[in-house]
Amino acid sequence: MLKNPFLRQLFSSFLDLVPILAVVLIFQVLVIQKPIPNVVDLMTGTLFVVIGLTLFVQGLEQSLFPLGESMAYAFARKGSLFWLLVFAFCLGFGTTVAEPALIAIAQEAASIASKAGIIEQTTDAQDSYALGLRLTVALSVGFAILVGVLRIIRGWPLYYLIIGGYIGVVVMTPFAPPEIIGIAYDSGGVTTSTITVPLVTALGVGLATAIKGRNPVTDGFGLIAFASLTPMVFVMTYGMLR
Amino acid sequence: MITWSQHFLMALLSTCRDILPIAAIIIGFQLLIIRRPLPHPKKTLIGFIYVLLGITFFLEGLDMALFPLGKLMASQLTTPEFLGIDISKQAIVWQSYVWVYVFAASIGFATTLAEPSLLAVALKAEQISGGTIHAFGLRIAVSIGVAFGIALGAFRIVTGTELYYYIVVGYVIVLIQTLFAPKQIIGLAYDSGGVTTSTVTVPLVTALGLGLASTVPGRNPLLDGFGLIAFASLFPIIAVLSYAQIAHWLNKDSRSTKS
Repeated sequence: MLKNPFLRQLFSSFLDLVPILAVVLIFQVLVIQKPIPNVVDLMTGTLFVVIGLTLFVQGLEQSLFPLGESMAYAFARKGSLFWLLVFAFCLGFGTTVAEPALIAIAQEAASIASKAGIIEQTTDAQDSYALGLRLTVALSVGFAILVGVLRIIRGWPLYYLIIGGYIGVVVMTPFAPPEIIGIAYDSGGVTTSTITVPLVTALGVGLATAIKGRNPVTDGFGLIAFASLTPMVFVMTYGMLR
Repeated sequence: MITWSQHFLMALLSTCRDILPIAAIIIGFQLLIIRRPLPHPKKTLIGFIYVLLGITFFLEGLDMALFPLGKLMASQLTTPEFLGIDISKQAIVWQSYVWVYVFAASIGFATTLAEPSLLAVALKAEQISGGTIHAFGLRIAVSIGVAFGIALGAFRIVTGTELYYYIVVGYVIVLIQTLFAPKQIIGLAYDSGGVTTSTVTVPLVTALGLGLASTVPGRNPLLDGFGLIAFASLFPIIAVLSYAQIAHWLNKDSRSTKS
C-alpha cells in the first residue's frame, strides 16, 4: 500500500524529465551529429534527478506546505500585524541573501562593473560591490513580501502593486547605467528559490484562507510576482548610486 | 566511490547551509512569537529531510548528466563552424541562427516542465481551486511561455536590439491582458513568471546567452549575455493569461450552445 503512491510519484517525476532528455538527445544526435559523451554518467544523473524530484514533492506535501499554512493561521489567530510583517520581511530577506544563484550573479556583476571602470579594479572593491548588490536584492525581496502580505490583509487589488512596479522599472531604466540593466532585469528572476517558493505560496494562500472576506485563489497568489519585480527597481537604484 | 560519496556529502552540506537561514527564521518565530508547538513536529521534520535530500539528489543529478551536456551543446550550436557562416566575409543575418532559436525554445520548454518550484505552485493552485485549474495544463502553458521568451531573447542577442524595448512592450501586453482576463487567474499568472527560473533553467539559459553573445560578432558577452532570464519570467505571464482567457471563452461557448 505504501509503496504504490511512491512508485507512482517516481514514474511521474520520470515523465517530467523525458522532454529534457529528448531535446538533448535529438539535438546531439541529429543536429550536432556527435556521439553522446559519458552515457553512464548521463543515466546515473537522470536516475538521481528522478529520485530527487520524487523526494522533493513528498517533502513538500508533508512539510513545507503545512508549515507555511500553520504559521499563517497562527499569525492570523494571534492578530499581531507587526510581528506578521516582521516575519514576512525576515523570510524574504533571509532566504534571498544566501541564495546561490544570486551570489553567482552578484560576482558576475562586480566583474563587469570593474571592467567598465565604475569601481576600482581590485578584489576588495569587487567584493564590496557584490555584497552591496546582494544586500540590495535581499532588502528588496523582504520589502516585497512585506508589502505583499499587507496587500492580502488589506485586500488591495494585486494589479495596483504590479502596475506600480512596472512603472518603477520603466521609469528607472533610462536613468540607470547601461551595464547594470541586464543584471537588474535578471536579478528579478533568480531570487525565488526552490524552498522559498513553496513556503511563501503556502503563507499567502494560508493568510487569504484565514482572513474573512479573502479568496485564496484571487488573493493568495501574487507574493512571488511582486518579489521578482522589486529587485529590478532596487538594483537599478543601486547602480545609479554607485 | 569514496570520492563520489564525499562529493555527495559536500553537496548535502551546502544545501543545508542554504536552508539554514530559513530554518532559523521559522524556528525563531515559532518559539518566540507564536509560542505554540508545531502540530506534527515529527512528520514536518521528516518532510524537511525529504526536501533536503530531494534537492541534493536533484542538483547532483543535473550536475552529472544534463548541465555538462547542455552547456556543451549551447557552445557547439553557437560556433560559426557549425552554423556554416564565415564571420570575416559575411555580414551577420539573423536567419543563420535558426538552430539556436529552435534549441533555445526546446530547452526552455523542457527545463521549465521539470522545474520543482513551478511544480509546487501548480500543485497548490490545483489543490485550492478544487481542481478547476489543472496542474499539468498550467505547467504546459508556463513552459510554452518560457520557450517563446527564450527564443525571442536569443533573437535579441543575435540582432543586438535593446532589451528595454522588448520588456516595455511585454509589460504593456501584460497590462492589457490583465484588464480582460478572468480575475481568479491574475495572481497565479503573475506568480508563474517568477517561479519558472530557478535551479534547472538558469544555468542552462545563462550558458546559452553567454555562448551566443561571445560568438556573434559585435556583441559583448558582458552587456548582451544577460537578459534571457528576464524574458523567461515575462512571457509565462502572457502565456498563462492567454490560457485562462481562451479557457474562459471556450467555457462560455459551450455553455451558450448547450442552453
